[in-house]
Amino acid sequence: MFDSYRENTLLYYPERCINCRRCSQVCPHGVFAEGPETAVLTDSTRCMECGACALNCPAQAIDVQSGVGCAWAMISAALRGKDMDNCTCGGEAGSCCADTTETSSCCGEK
Amino acid sequence: MTTVSKLTFVDRFDHFLARWGVNRMGHLVKPGLYRLGNPTADSPVFASANYTLSFDALRSALIGIDAYILVLDTKGINVWCAAGEGTFGTDELVNRISCTGLASVVRHRTVIVPQLGAPGISAHQVLRRSVFRVEYGPVRARDLPEYLKTRMATPEMRRVQFPFVDRVVLAPVELVHAAVPAIVAAILLYFLAGPVASLAAVTAVLAGTVLFPALLPFLPTRDFSTKGLILGVLVALPFTVYGATQFTMVPFAHVVAGIIPLLIIPPVVAYLALNFTGCTPYTSRTGVKQEIFRYVRVMVAMAGCGILLAILSAILWFLEVA
Repeated sequence: MFDSYRENTLLYYPERCINCRRCSQVCPHGVFAEGPETAVLTDSTRCMECGACALNCPAQAIDVQSGVGCAWAMISAALRGKDMDNCTCGGEAGSCCADTTETSSCCGEK
Repeated sequence: MTTVSKLTFVDRFDHFLARWGVNRMGHLVKPGLYRLGNPTADSPVFASANYTLSFDALRSALIGIDAYILVLDTKGINVWCAAGEGTFGTDELVNRISCTGLASVVRHRTVIVPQLGAPGISAHQVLRRSVFRVEYGPVRARDLPEYLKTRMATPEMRRVQFPFVDRVVLAPVELVHAAVPAIVAAILLYFLAGPVASLAAVTAVLAGTVLFPALLPFLPTRDFSTKGLILGVLVALPFTVYGATQFTMVPFAHVVAGIIPLLIIPPVVAYLALNFTGCTPYTSRTGVKQEIFRYVRVMVAMAGCGILLAILSAILWFLEVA
């Protein structure tokens, strides 16, 4: 009751785990812990779907639909008729981390 | 390029402006490789974002440490948000390693990346594409000196926290976002319903943007909307008591006057609280979506009923007086 965060999209396939321990290093909520043979999924309800574990898993043992848990961005996207699932927290002036039109600059600035 | 660990008054003033949302996207650091102190070919390399608050948190944590700082082009966005968007990402890191010639600057092949940058970085992809190994440092830059002693992060260093100071420091920018509608509402209510109604509008906004972050862990329930509703009821109570004791000239007027703040203030606070989800390091997209579908209609219904009741009360009062 009054907990919308009990369910999420995190899936773990321990049979694929190579025990590289990346997931337990990158998870800021201790969702994964080191185990003797494979990583251990300790509490999936703490997952905030940041996607760090899945992106850093070289064995594709973790799957999560990562995204930004920002109501402001999602409501703004919905009001503009856009997909709530594909919005980011940037992109609009006034959002929590708005984007800019500045293009990436790279070489020549060593 | 070179930098130092000591922050100046100008740096701190820049942080102050950033916290208040002034020139939001203008707090930039030039992307590239920076020398901190007197680094050698064996000195550690730290990755950071080209946002002054991120870059300054890193360099000021490295007092007395000779190092290189590799600043990625994240368009002036902090590490955590930029990682979520992918600008603090594998492509940018590989590209920045290449175009700064990092391989010819240091002998080792390790880049220490902030742990909160991991949602944008694929360590094995970086290794494959650049031969540099990504080592995830601790969540907080201030733990780096301790981390560097063993190159191992304790479980405590790996866990994100959201203490009082971190929460309250976000309040100014939230307040700035809500300021214009709040001022307009306060002025309108002042002329339509008097100073107490105007004060109620200001109170609701302050509760949602300042009190809510401050009290976040102490408010019951896990959902931000219900936390906000509870806080909203608490801050509405004085206005309820005022309405119930002041408006006694018409039968039931005191009941209605007492109910109206309870119908309008809590959804306003709850909506502002729900919008705070994007500032926290806790909420998942699935959960926030669930919250939106569960509670926004409740908020709209409550506020709608409250406004309707207020309009009807005003009409009845006007007819009574006339």
